[in-house]
Amino acid sequence: MRGLFKLTWVEMKLFLREPTTLVFTFAFPVVMLFVMGEIFGSRTLHPGEVMFRGFGALDYYVPAYCALVSASVGVILLPTRLTSYRSGGVLRRFRGAHVPVWVVLGAQAAASTVLAVVGCLLVWGFGELVYTVRFPASLGLCAVVFLLGTLMFAAIGVLLGAVMPSTRAAQGAGLMLFFVMLFLSGAGPPVEVMSEKMLRIGDFLPLTHSLVAMQDAWNGLGFNVSEALTMVAVTVAAGWVALRAYRWG
Amino acid sequence: MGDETVIEVEHLRKVYGHTVAVDDVSFLVRRGEIFGLLGSNGAGKTTTVECVEGLRRPTAGSLRVLGNDPQAASASLAGRIGCQLQESRLPDHLKVWEALDLFAAITPGAADWRLLMEQWGLSEKRDASFASLSGGQRQRLFVALAFVSEPEIVFLDEMTTGLDPAARHVAWDLIETIRDRGTTVVLVTHFMDEAERLCDRVAVVEAGRIVALDTPRGLIDRYGSGRKVVFTCPNAAGDAAPELDWLSRVEHVRGVARRGSLCVVEGEGPVLATVAAALVGRGIVPDDLRVEESSLESVFLTLTGHTVED
Repeated sequence: MRGLFKLTWVEMKLFLREPTTLVFTFAFPVVMLFVMGEIFGSRTLHPGEVMFRGFGALDYYVPAYCALVSASVGVILLPTRLTSYRSGGVLRRFRGAHVPVWVVLGAQAAASTVLAVVGCLLVWGFGELVYTVRFPASLGLCAVVFLLGTLMFAAIGVLLGAVMPSTRAAQGAGLMLFFVMLFLSGAGPPVEVMSEKMLRIGDFLPLTHSLVAMQDAWNGLGFNVSEALTMVAVTVAAGWVALRAYRWG
Repeated sequence: MGDETVIEVEHLRKVYGHTVAVDDVSFLVRRGEIFGLLGSNGAGKTTTVECVEGLRRPTAGSLRVLGNDPQAASASLAGRIGCQLQESRLPDHLKVWEALDLFAAITPGAADWRLLMEQWGLSEKRDASFASLSGGQRQRLFVALAFVSEPEIVFLDEMTTGLDPAARHVAWDLIETIRDRGTTVVLVTHFMDEAERLCDRVAVVEAGRIVALDTPRGLIDRYGSGRKVVFTCPNAAGDAAPELDWLSRVEHVRGVARRGSLCVVEGEGPVLATVAAALVGRGIVPDDLRVEESSLESVFLTLTGHTVED
């Protein structure tokens, strides 16, 4: 257990020394929130117009970017980290020291969860300070949904890290997935302006599900069971494949 | 060096798909010795030690490390063996002290890492990141990490590959220091000079098999091209080269040959002394009389039919 804590702590420090972390997990979601806040924050709707799923623009985007933070950790940070560990022989070194695979992966998951929480608080804090955002309807529910989303993306990240042949490939695939999700999951243009095609593709993107569940919990629509089940299913499937595909290098 | 056996490998075999990495390898390692596995890349050395370390499951054969099966007892052996793995890095941004602290935390019954940092001369580099360390400093860190478990046996796999000559000599000194502390060392290398200089006993590995196992001296005596006593023939430039055939009748001499202006006497054992005495007895006193020793390099060539680089 002591080893797990120590490794988690070290992993967190390593993440913080990585510019990618600072950019995609801490800066980027806040910048996106600023852009969307400036564009839509003070916009009044025409009579009969439904936008932002009926929430206020900021009440739509703040939970969306909390979900985006988890996605950035899962698809950008984790795969890069794991593939570079594998190709550099870091994983073999851990194995040589008889560190069980679950400790290595558990430390990654724990460290990335903590980072995601920090990123999420930054987004929320920025929204509160600069704009007006409603207080989450249920903090506990938000936390649960946030954790489910973070776990889902961690599992996807480990999967990518396990199957991608190189660090560069992992980076490329992760960034691609990240931006596709950003634009097609409702975190960029709101769902109401997206075409049917965009929405259909979005249905297959994990961010869509964590984002909707997060907005629901934030805005008092309660626990979105079907989205939560989707997240759990993706987590289990990706995690199972990842553990089977995991190689020490 | 005691007689106690710390590693016992019997008929080890490891197959990947259709590739036989280790065919039939058997050897014993005694406590306190530096045991070398010498061979070219792909000969099966690393696979062999990784089976012994418990990192790979053998296809067949039996292994005992400190009396235990390395697969079944991997957890209890973790605190008794130390591994320096081939071509394995640490995260670039990890600092020296963090690496030691981390490995101390994940190793049961770990040594005080601050002492290790001191002992292996890393205190000055305490806060340096792994990426900023030189090759030699990295090796020292790896050795220190292998020693976190206060091991009875350390495995050093291609420890000096990629190091410049100065750093290699530093690494050799490190390895001798390790042995002098009473730790058994299993050294995997493709460098002949390294094996010859460091190892008490060497197993020459070729195509997944051990083709010879002895002390470096023993290997050279058995498989080397023998000893050659060499000197410049007196008045070689002159038309009447002295008759030296009588040298072949001197004790321990096997043959006499000319190599340009040099006289080459092949022989064994104390051939230098007998040849010198015979020469002096005839009033011939060459001032460049010397012995050319056969090295492990030529032993390897004899045993495998190729040099290690081939």
